[in-house]
Amino acid sequence: MNAGLRVKNLQMHFGGIVVADNINLSLEPGDRKALIGPNGAGKTTFANLLTGNLTPTGGSISLDGMDIKRMKESKRVRAGVAKTFQITTLFRHMSVRENIRLPILERMGRGMRMFKRADSYPDVEEEIEQMLSQFNLQSLADVEVHELAYGQQRLVEMALTMALKPRILILDEPSAGVAASDAHIITDAIENLPDDLSVLIIEHDMKLVFKVASRIIVLVNGAILCEGTPGEISKNQQVRDLYLGARHDG
Amino acid sequence: MLRLAFDLLLIGAGIAAYFIFPDNLGFVTRVLIMIIMVLSLDLVLGYAGVATLGHAALYGAGAYGAGLFAIYYSPDPLTGLLVGAMAGGVTAFVSGLILMRANGLTLLMLTIAVAQIMQEIVNKERAITGGSDGLLGIDMDPIMGVYAFDFFGRTGYWYALVVLLVVFFALKILVASPFGNMARGIHESAPRMRAIGTPVYWRLVAIYTISGIVAGIAGALSAQVTELVSLEAFGFALSAEAMVMLILGGLGRLYGAIIGTIIFMVVHHTAASIDPFNWLFVIGTMVLIVVYFVPEGFMGLPVRLRRWMRWQK
Repeated sequence: MNAGLRVKNLQMHFGGIVVADNINLSLEPGDRKALIGPNGAGKTTFANLLTGNLTPTGGSISLDGMDIKRMKESKRVRAGVAKTFQITTLFRHMSVRENIRLPILERMGRGMRMFKRADSYPDVEEEIEQMLSQFNLQSLADVEVHELAYGQQRLVEMALTMALKPRILILDEPSAGVAASDAHIITDAIENLPDDLSVLIIEHDMKLVFKVASRIIVLVNGAILCEGTPGEISKNQQVRDLYLGARHDG
Repeated sequence: MLRLAFDLLLIGAGIAAYFIFPDNLGFVTRVLIMIIMVLSLDLVLGYAGVATLGHAALYGAGAYGAGLFAIYYSPDPLTGLLVGAMAGGVTAFVSGLILMRANGLTLLMLTIAVAQIMQEIVNKERAITGGSDGLLGIDMDPIMGVYAFDFFGRTGYWYALVVLLVVFFALKILVASPFGNMARGIHESAPRMRAIGTPVYWRLVAIYTISGIVAGIAGALSAQVTELVSLEAFGFALSAEAMVMLILGGLGRLYGAIIGTIIFMVVHHTAASIDPFNWLFVIGTMVLIVVYFVPEGFMGLPVRLRRWMRWQK
C-alpha cells in the first residue's frame, strides 16, 4: 500500500506568509490527478516542494514508503520524481536530439564519462529515437531548440522529462503559451503517457484538465479546498464561485 | 572531415611556425603556453559558463609548483609538469569548493580574491619562493635525459608544442564526451540540469578542477621554459588578458581559444614594439570592434559573413 508518492500535512511558510497549509495528497501508480487553483494559490510552490526545489517547514513526503522530504532535487529525480517547467528552460542552443540525450546519459549514470563521444553509445541513441518517435519529433531532431515554435518546445520539454523514466511526473502548466490550435498536441502527448506512470498536472486550461485528469484537487491560499472527480468538481458551487466561474460551464 | 582538416592544419601550423620564426621562438613559445592557459579558461567560462577573473591563481600554482619542485626535489621536466598540473588541480579543487557555490558578481569577486590571496602568500613566504624577486635558480634537466633546453628556445618550443597538442586533443575528447555535454548543459540551464538529476555543484567542481590541471600545465611549462617564475604569474592582468583572448576568439570553441590568443599576442607584440606606451589603445579598439560587431568572436565571423552575404542578395 506504500507504492507511489504520499504527502502528509505538508507545510511551508516564508516568514509569516503561509504558502502550503497542511496539504495531504497521494499519487499511486497510474493516477492522473490535476491540481487547479487561482493565481497565487501555491500550486507551483507545492510542485517545487515535491521535487525538492524547496524544503518544507513541516509535514512529510514519502516515495514508496521512503522519506524524501530532505532529499536534494537531483537525488529525488534519480529516485523517480520528475517535473516539467512552467516556463520552458530547455537547452536552447542544443538540438532536440542533444536535449534528450542529456537526461538519458544522466539517468544511466554516464554523466561523468570523459573519454568517449556522447553520441557513441548505441543504447542511448536507440532510446533517443524512441523518444523522438513517441513525441513525433523525428523531423525536428537536429534542429536547435531556440528555432522551434513554442508548442514544439513544450513537447521537447515533455520528451526530455520522460527520458528520465520517472515514476512520478509533475507537469507544471504543460499547455501554457501554446496556441489554442496546437493544444491538442499536448493533450495527445499526455494521454499517450505510460499507464503505470503517476501524473500530477498543474494547469489553468480547464479543457485539458477535464479531459486528462481522473481526479482534481483544488488549491486555494495554499490549502486544499476540495478533491473529487471532474464531475464532482464542476458541480461544486464553492469551486465555481472561487475559481471556475465562467471558465467551465459544467 | 572538416574537423580532421582543421586538426591537421593546427599540427602543420605548429611545425611550420618553427621554421617561419626561427629568431622569435621565445615569443612563439609564449603564445603556445598562453593558448594552453586560454583553453583551460574556455573549459570553465566557454563551456560551463563559470565567469572567472582569477584564473591566474591556477596558472600561478602550476608555475610555482613546478618551479619549487625543480629547485628542491628534481629538475626533471616531465615529472615537474605533472607536479605543476597537480598543483593547479588541487588549488582549483580546494578553491572550487567555495567558488562553485557562488555565481555572478560574487563569483567574479571571489575568483579575484583567491588569486590575490595566493599571490600574497607566495610574496610573504620569501625564504622559499623568493617573494617579489621571483623564484630564481631553476635549472631544468634535459627532457627524457636527451633534449636539453637551449639558449635559442628550440627545445622549449617543441616541448611546448607537443604539450599543447596533447592538451588540445585531450580537451577535444573531453568536450565531446558526456561530461563535456553536461558542462554545456549547465551553461545553458543549471536549473534544468538539476531537474534531470545532475549534481550541478559537484559537476562544476570537477570541471573547475580539470581546468585547474590544464592551467597548472601552462604555468609549469612557463616556469620550465623560462626558468623563472614571478609574482605576476598570479596577477590580475594575466587573468583579464586570458579572458580578452577568449572573447576575441570565441567562447565555447577550442579553436576560438587558439585564434584569440594568437591574434591578441601578435597584435600586442607588434603594437608594443611600434609604440611601447600606447599599445593598449590598439588592443582596446580591437576588442571594442569585435565585441560590438562579432560578439561570438572571430570564430563567429564565417557565420556573420554568410548571413551578411545572404542579406546582400
